[in-house]
Amino acid sequence: MTENPQNVHPLEDLVRMDRIPHIWCPGCGTGSVFASCLTAMKQTGIPYNQFAMVSGIGCSGRGAGYINIDSFHTTHGRAIPFATGIKMASPDLNVIVFSGDGDLFAIGGNHFIHAARRNMDITVICVNNLTYGMTGGQVAATTPHLAKSSTTTVGNPETPFSLPFLAYASGATYIARWTMLHARDLADSIEEALVHKGFSFIEVLSPCPVNFGRRNKEKPLDTLKKYYENTIVRNGANPAELDIDYKKGVILGKFADIDKPTHDEKYKKMYWPDEK
Amino acid sequence: MKPAVLTGEHFINGDVACAEGAIAAGCRFFGGYPITPATEVAEHISERLPDVGGTFIQMEDEIAAMTSILGAAWTGIKTMTATSGPGFSLMMETVGLAVVTETPCVVVNVQRAGPSTGLPTQGAQADMMQVRWGSHGDYEIIAIAPSSPQEMFDLTIIAFNLSEKYRTPVFIMSDEIVGHMSEKVVIPDARKIKTVSRPKPTGRKDKFRLYKPGPDGVAPMPSIGEGYNVHVTGLTHDEKGYPVMSVDTQKEMIARLLGKIRNNLDDIIMTQEYMLEDADIVIVSYGVSARTAYTAVEEARNMGIKAGLLRLITVWPFPEQKIRELAKRVKGFVTVEINMGQICREVQRCAGIPTYLAGHAGGAIIPPDDVLNILKERF
Ligand code: SF4
Repeated sequence: MTENPQNVHPLEDLVRMDRIPHIWCPGCGTGSVFASCLTAMKQTGIPYNQFAMVSGIGCSGRGAGYINIDSFHTTHGRAIPFATGIKMASPDLNVIVFSGDGDLFAIGGNHFIHAARRNMDITVICVNNLTYGMTGGQVAATTPHLAKSSTTTVGNPETPFSLPFLAYASGATYIARWTMLHARDLADSIEEALVHKGFSFIEVLSPCPVNFGRRNKEKPLDTLKKYYENTIVRNGANPAELDIDYKKGVILGKFADIDKPTHDEKYKKMYWPDEK
Repeated sequence: MKPAVLTGEHFINGDVACAEGAIAAGCRFFGGYPITPATEVAEHISERLPDVGGTFIQMEDEIAAMTSILGAAWTGIKTMTATSGPGFSLMMETVGLAVVTETPCVVVNVQRAGPSTGLPTQGAQADMMQVRWGSHGDYEIIAIAPSSPQEMFDLTIIAFNLSEKYRTPVFIMSDEIVGHMSEKVVIPDARKIKTVSRPKPTGRKDKFRLYKPGPDGVAPMPSIGEGYNVHVTGLTHDEKGYPVMSVDTQKEMIARLLGKIRNNLDDIIMTQEYMLEDADIVIVSYGVSARTAYTAVEEARNMGIKAGLLRLITVWPFPEQKIRELAKRVKGFVTVEINMGQICREVQRCAGIPTYLAGHAGGAIIPPDDVLNILKERF
C-alpha cells in the first residue's frame, strides 16, 4: 500500500524518520528552527548530497542527528573547526553548522571568531535560547543581565554578548537575526545564507520554556508574544545597536551581506595561481 | 611544483622527514598550530601540500587543529596534525572523538619535557602514558616511536597505512631530539612505497550500516557526498551509527573498538631485536633512547655481560606477549626512556621479574653509562 501523499510531511525526505520522536521538549523552539533550516535547503534546489551538517553539543546540537544527509554530531564547541576541515578538503560542499549559543559562543567562541575572520564559506545557524538547556538551565554567555538560572539563582551579574555584533566585528560576511516565530523570514534568510559565498551567521531567538522560561516567570506563549510584539524588522541596522532588549524592541533582519573573497577562493588563487 | 615523492638522498631533520613521509603516504590535509619542537612539521608541510593538490590551515589552537583533521578525513582524504606536550594535552578531547567515530588520522607528538610548559626546546619521552590513556573512557590506539629522521619518513607512511586499515588515530611519538636531528634520509622510488587506503563500502546504500564490521573487525568508511547519508556521533551508537543510550550498546561498541586492535596485534606490533638470542638481561627501549640502548648493549657485551635489546617500534598496543615470553628465560629487564618510568611500569606489569629504569626527568638523552651502571649494580 502506498502512502497517501497528503499524509507525508513535505520535509520528510530530509528527516531520519527512524529517529523520530525527537528529544526536544514540548514548547521548545528548536524544532521550528530546524524545520526552517530544512525548508531553506529545499528552496536552494541544491542536491542533498552536496550538503553536510555539523553540530556541537546541546539541545540544538541534536539537529545533526535528525537530518537525513551526511551529518556530524561532534564534541562540545567544536562544530566549527570540524566544518572547517570539511570545507578545506572539499570546498564544493555546502557545510551547515547547526548548534546552540552555549556551544558556539562560550566553549566554542574562539572557533567562531576565527572562522568568521577567515571568511570560511560555511553557514552557522545559532539557536539562541539564552541558556544551557540540556544541562538544566545554567547561565550562558547570552543570558540577559539579572535573568535567573540554576547557577545564578539571584540573577545574572554578567552582561551577555550581542551575537550579530560579535559576528560583524569578527568579519562575517552575511549576518541576520530572526526568531523561530518568523519561520518564513527565517527560512528565506537561511536560503540566502546557504547560497552566500563566505561566512554566514544567523542568530535565531528560540524559547526554552523548561529551563529558562520557568525560572524567569515567562510562559511559553509570553515568549512568543514578545517575539511577535516587541521585535522590529530593520534590515541594514547598525550592528552596534542589536542588544536584546524587549523594552526597546529587539531588532531583527539582515545586517550584513558583503561580497568578499572566501578563504578557499583566496587559498586557490594564491597557492594554485595557474588553475582557473 | 614538486612531485609527492622526492626520491633520492636528503640531509634533513626528523620533523621535515615526517612531513615528507606524510605527503608520500598520501596525506592531503594538515591542520596545525605552532609549537616547539614540532613547528617544522607544519612549516614544511604547509609549503609542500599545495604541490600535490592538498591544503594546509593553521588553526586557532590545537583543539581546532585536531578537530579540523577529523572533518577533512570524512571527505575521504588522509589527514594529519603535529604538536608537542601542551598542544597534545589540548588534543585529548578530540582523540576520543576520533576513536569513537573511527576516523583515520595521524597525530605527531614531538615530545618535550613537561609537565606544563616544561622544557620547550629539550626532548623527553614522557607522554607515553598520556597517548595511551589521555582521553577519557576505555579505548585502544596505535603509537609508533621513530628513532631517526629516516624512520620519521618510513614510519609516518606506516602510521598512515595502519590508521586507514584500522580506522583509528595513529600517533607518531617522536621527541625533540629525533625531530631536530639532521641525518641522511633516503626516499625510495614512488612505486616502492606501499600505501593503504581505508576500506570503502559496496552494496546497496539504503541497506548500509555505518559501523557494520568486515571480517577484520573494521567497518568500511564512506565519504561525505557519496550518498550514504551517514550520521556520525560521539555519543554511544549502534551499528547504524545512531545514538543509543544503553548498557548493551555501550558494551558492544567498546568491545568492537578494543577488539579491532587487540585481535590484530600480530599485524600491528613491530619490534626489533639485537643480540637477544642468548641474552640474559633484556634492555627495552624505543625512539631516540633505543640508540642509547644499542650502544649500551655493545659495551655490555664487551664487558662480558649478556645483554640484548628489544626495541619497541610500536609502543601501543604494547607487545605484552613478547615480554612475557622473554621473562621466562632471562634474569631481568632494563628500560631506557626519557621519563621517570612509564614503559618501565608496563614491562614490570607483564614481566613479573626484576625490571629497572635507566631514565631521567627529561631534557637530554640517556647516556649509555646510566644503563651500564644498572647492569653492573643490579645483576
Ligand atoms: S531543555 Fe529547553 S532548549 Fe532543550 S529541548 Fe527542552 S525546551 Fe528545548
